[in-house]
Amino acid sequence: MRTPRWVPALYLGPAVLIMVAACLYPVISAFQLGLFDWSLGIPWSDARWVGWDNFVSAFTNPRVWSSLWTTLIFAAVCVTAEMVLGIALALALERPVRGTAFFRTLFILPMMIAPIAVGLVWRYIFDAQFGLINAILGLFKVAPLGWLADPTLAFIAIVIADIWQWTPFVFIMMVAALANVDSAVIEASRIDGAKWWQMTFLVKLPMIAHVIAITLMMRLIDAFRVLEVVYVLTFGGPGDSTEILALHIYKTAFVGQQLGVAAAISVLLLVVVALLSWGALRLSNPLKNDR
Amino acid sequence: MNRSPLVSTLHYTMLIGLALLCIAPIAVIFTTSMRDQVSIFAEPLNFIFTPTLENYRAVLQEDKFDRYLLNSLFVGVVSTVITLVLGCMAAYGLARFRFFGRTTIAYTTLLLRTVPLAVLAIPVFMIWSEWKLVNSLWGLILLYTAVNLPFTIWLLYGFVLQVPAELEEAAAIDGCGPLRVFTKVLLPLMAPGLAAASIFTFRIAWNEFILALVLTDRGTRTLPVAASLYITDIGVDWGKVMAMASLIAIPPLIFTFVAARQIITGLTAGAVKG
Repeated sequence: MRTPRWVPALYLGPAVLIMVAACLYPVISAFQLGLFDWSLGIPWSDARWVGWDNFVSAFTNPRVWSSLWTTLIFAAVCVTAEMVLGIALALALERPVRGTAFFRTLFILPMMIAPIAVGLVWRYIFDAQFGLINAILGLFKVAPLGWLADPTLAFIAIVIADIWQWTPFVFIMMVAALANVDSAVIEASRIDGAKWWQMTFLVKLPMIAHVIAITLMMRLIDAFRVLEVVYVLTFGGPGDSTEILALHIYKTAFVGQQLGVAAAISVLLLVVVALLSWGALRLSNPLKNDR
Repeated sequence: MNRSPLVSTLHYTMLIGLALLCIAPIAVIFTTSMRDQVSIFAEPLNFIFTPTLENYRAVLQEDKFDRYLLNSLFVGVVSTVITLVLGCMAAYGLARFRFFGRTTIAYTTLLLRTVPLAVLAIPVFMIWSEWKLVNSLWGLILLYTAVNLPFTIWLLYGFVLQVPAELEEAAAIDGCGPLRVFTKVLLPLMAPGLAAASIFTFRIAWNEFILALVLTDRGTRTLPVAASLYITDIGVDWGKVMAMASLIAIPPLIFTFVAARQIITGLTAGAVKG
């Protein structure tokens, strides 16, 4: 029996309608808004068409490029650290022991905490006077550090907050992947006398390479979407040392009130993320074995 | 193969160490919320203090706290329910039918999953102003539903694919109507996916604060926005803001403890089986 035409439309229609109206249409509008001079507080009908001016001023602004650079370094450092830590811990702890389920529950808790709370608690922990980190360092006779007042240390602080929240995700993905590896293969390599490093780097990791790639791309894309934690933890400071692109867009729009310019910059962020997504699709296409 | 007690002790030591690292900052949120003003600025390693509920009392008596709580609950629950229902339908449609435009819809959905909220902030602010959705809870619900649908659809799509269509046909031949086929055959098999999708949708709708800050006013604020008001240029009101953060954290934490197994299965299934 052939399904009538309207049946798929019935199933997909409502979801597609909402995604188009409230996600795709706004994304496309970002391009269009970039062509207008429009400040916060004046109605959209009074916006002035300025052609490519906003894009020119955005792309010739050194702060935009330094902000893009900060974003790239932030994503690279966070994701590398999270992948290395997550994979290493998964290899060390892959065997299920009594209480494994309970420990895994504890590991997913950081992901559930509101970004605003994550930003706040790290701001408290990193505080120069009453923060936990300086107090612990003090036990080892290290003089208090002005974590959030120093450009490099502040950058380290936002990286640590991200690593804390997302390493468990990598760990859980890797443990699941390792559990899925055929134990006969591991057994065979053991019988052939493989040493632990051979077993790890020549057998286990290649067999989960696919999941590693997907997890890496998911983390990378999400690292470019980070905004709220940094907003609360440093608000981009000191100076612009932690001003990632998403935050720069927010500040340009809602602090500097230049909505048109901010829209132009957000097109830049969109391009970066789109390139990453294209790469992700090349690595793993969920539609590939479709027919 | 038996493991030596030494290895097993090491294993547990690492697990406990990691668990402590995961929990410590969360514990700081909750303990700080129960410290008084003096204790907050005192020696940080002083873990012995007299807990007080003063901060909670101050937050709860805050003008309109109940309003903000209801707003948050309404936005969180309604957008999660709508996202799950529409996401289920769309995932089923994508998995079971071949039709013109299917590939386009599938890829576009996949790409929308990656759009940063910062990119949406400006156009959404403009469009919602045009549509009279600014300062309205339905404006937030529409936005959160739209940004959560792509992830939900893709998560559930993987689960629908795992259910053989023959199973549904058999149930239909046995006299089940379409609705009963769905509730009796499909839903039970999709349970882990639904649990993971619902917590991850709720997590965004309940915790999100930048767009909520832009799109709400005194009457329609959500809890995270209300919490952000304790962060000012002159400083942070630590006791109250941590009390607020604790209250915000409680529902997702309970949800996680109840459905941890399903969440982990749902999270890893797509990538690991693929």
